[in-house]
Amino acid sequence: MPFTPRTVETPPREPELKRELHAEIALAAKSMRQHTVASIYHAGSGHPGGSLSCADILATLFGAELNVWPNAADDPMRDRFVLSKGHAAPALYAAAAHHGFCDKRAALKLRKIGSRFQGHPHVEDLPWVETSTGSLGQGFSVAIGMAMGLKLQNSTSRVYTLLGDGELQEGEVWEGAMCAAHHRLDNFCAIIDYNKLQSDARNDQIMRLEPLAAKWRAFDWAVAEIDGHDIEALLRTFRRAGATRERPSVIIAHTVKGKGVPYMENMPAWHGSVKLTREQAEDALQALGATRKDIKDYLDGL
Amino acid sequence: MGSEAPALIGSSGDSLREAFGKALSELADEFPKLVVLDADIAGGTGVHHFRKSHPERFLQFGIAEQNMMAAAGGLSAVGLLPVVTTFAVFCLRAVEQARLSLAYSKRNAKIVASHPGLDVGPDGGSAQALEDIAAFRAIPGMTVISPADPIEMRLATRAILEFDGPVYMRTGRSPAKRVFGDGHTFEIGKGRIVRDGTDVTVVACGVEVARAVEAADLLAEAGIAARVVNMATIKPIDTALLARCAEETGAVVTAEDHNVHGGLGGAVAEALAQTRPCPIEFVGVKDTFGASGEPEELAVMFGLGPKSIAEAAKRAIARKRTH
Repeated sequence: MPFTPRTVETPPREPELKRELHAEIALAAKSMRQHTVASIYHAGSGHPGGSLSCADILATLFGAELNVWPNAADDPMRDRFVLSKGHAAPALYAAAAHHGFCDKRAALKLRKIGSRFQGHPHVEDLPWVETSTGSLGQGFSVAIGMAMGLKLQNSTSRVYTLLGDGELQEGEVWEGAMCAAHHRLDNFCAIIDYNKLQSDARNDQIMRLEPLAAKWRAFDWAVAEIDGHDIEALLRTFRRAGATRERPSVIIAHTVKGKGVPYMENMPAWHGSVKLTREQAEDALQALGATRKDIKDYLDGL
Repeated sequence: MGSEAPALIGSSGDSLREAFGKALSELADEFPKLVVLDADIAGGTGVHHFRKSHPERFLQFGIAEQNMMAAAGGLSAVGLLPVVTTFAVFCLRAVEQARLSLAYSKRNAKIVASHPGLDVGPDGGSAQALEDIAAFRAIPGMTVISPADPIEMRLATRAILEFDGPVYMRTGRSPAKRVFGDGHTFEIGKGRIVRDGTDVTVVACGVEVARAVEAADLLAEAGIAARVVNMATIKPIDTALLARCAEETGAVVTAEDHNVHGGLGGAVAEALAQTRPCPIEFVGVKDTFGASGEPEELAVMFGLGPKSIAEAAKRAIARKRTH
């Protein structure tokens, strides 16, 4: 057979690709934050602080890392993502809406009677939610079960879970940490949204977590500690976790609670289920880069 | 001279846990998705048989029941058929995991609890779960089963694997008396009349079924014809059979190795209150904790033995006149 040279399109240079991807993820995170604030405004309750702190993590997961597809949400080959810190549901809904898993407007009906977008994610309501969460520690264990089961069935799918920092005070998390390391779940990656604040006050006032990285290392996990708002660092660390063998990976992502909304940033008062006034919602959306028209659409569009 | 490992006390013989463990092993090839979860008490729960026959599908979680219970949800989510095994008292520490990650998440996962009730014996009050039926019965969508003898346990093990949905099933630690012959059949949700009678119905589950049959013998000596119903499925309860028994015998006694609050007695009373109200007497542990002793000694001490059931039957019959 005669040799026919294949025509190869010159791919864009890597830095260019990267820049494009970063910009896309950053834009998604911005839009997700706006959606989050709007949905909590409409709900009249919900957890803004911890939803805003994890927006960049979720945007990077859904934008670049997870092999999930809105038109094949139940494909057995998909990766699994479990939101173990289930109270960040508004951020998950926003990410899902942005990536076409659900209707954006429907997802704004957070916490409303008859809405499938409950205060905490429920697998029976939304097919792309992998398991129901809300009681801290459980999503982590469920995700471990998924990783064990996928490995047992020789699947190449990976499992990711996002935990809150306060969540680490649950004993179940450390049961799971021991278990995932014992079973060498290298298809498993946990991310900790380390925003330093929990329901009532700072972690170190309620129940100290430090030295946190040392704890996970002692449990024999591959540990990375990064800025959880640095998309490039997130991408790089996910890649490294994917290449880690014989051990589960944990990414301790340092974040700012309420990130993007100046009056919420680092204020424990914005952890809990709060009611946003119209003025607060407008201020927040403006700070998050929404235009006047966007703001009107978000707040009056329901 | 080599030292031999000590024999596991009470791990052999005709116990319900032994029957369960062996059945699981035998059924494994028929259910290729079956995985068995253990928290370091396989020798106690009977699943050491499965560990030996199917080590690749035996998943060790260490002494960490909360993680094990929730992980079962994940295993089910990726298409496997997980059976969580531990002692009944340790299931209690993972009730919330069973609630959220199994029942609320609509997982096809089974919880099989050995060492329920006073049947635990010498380990004493701390180990004797007398609240598990009440706790699991209150979880929406949870099926609750407590088979009576080794023959029924084998059948029930198959039935829960074939059944789609979360199940909590009690086995038992101590050698169990045979109640059924080889021709016995089992269906989830169906009670069975084990012995017929017209004066009173004793509705029992687990080890209390054999005691109820003995109680019926005692009552027969006193000229009382007691019907005995094996109510192996506590949830969903067989309301139709209960209503029929109440109609035909006019009085009911419930008997269970469990607190009198919230278990079989509660379920029977709820069902009859809405269908065919009649006098009901409750045999069970009277809102207290257990203690060390042999199961038969404890049954007498806590009022769970055949005599106590017979006395309760007489009280129920006496109340018919004033009802």
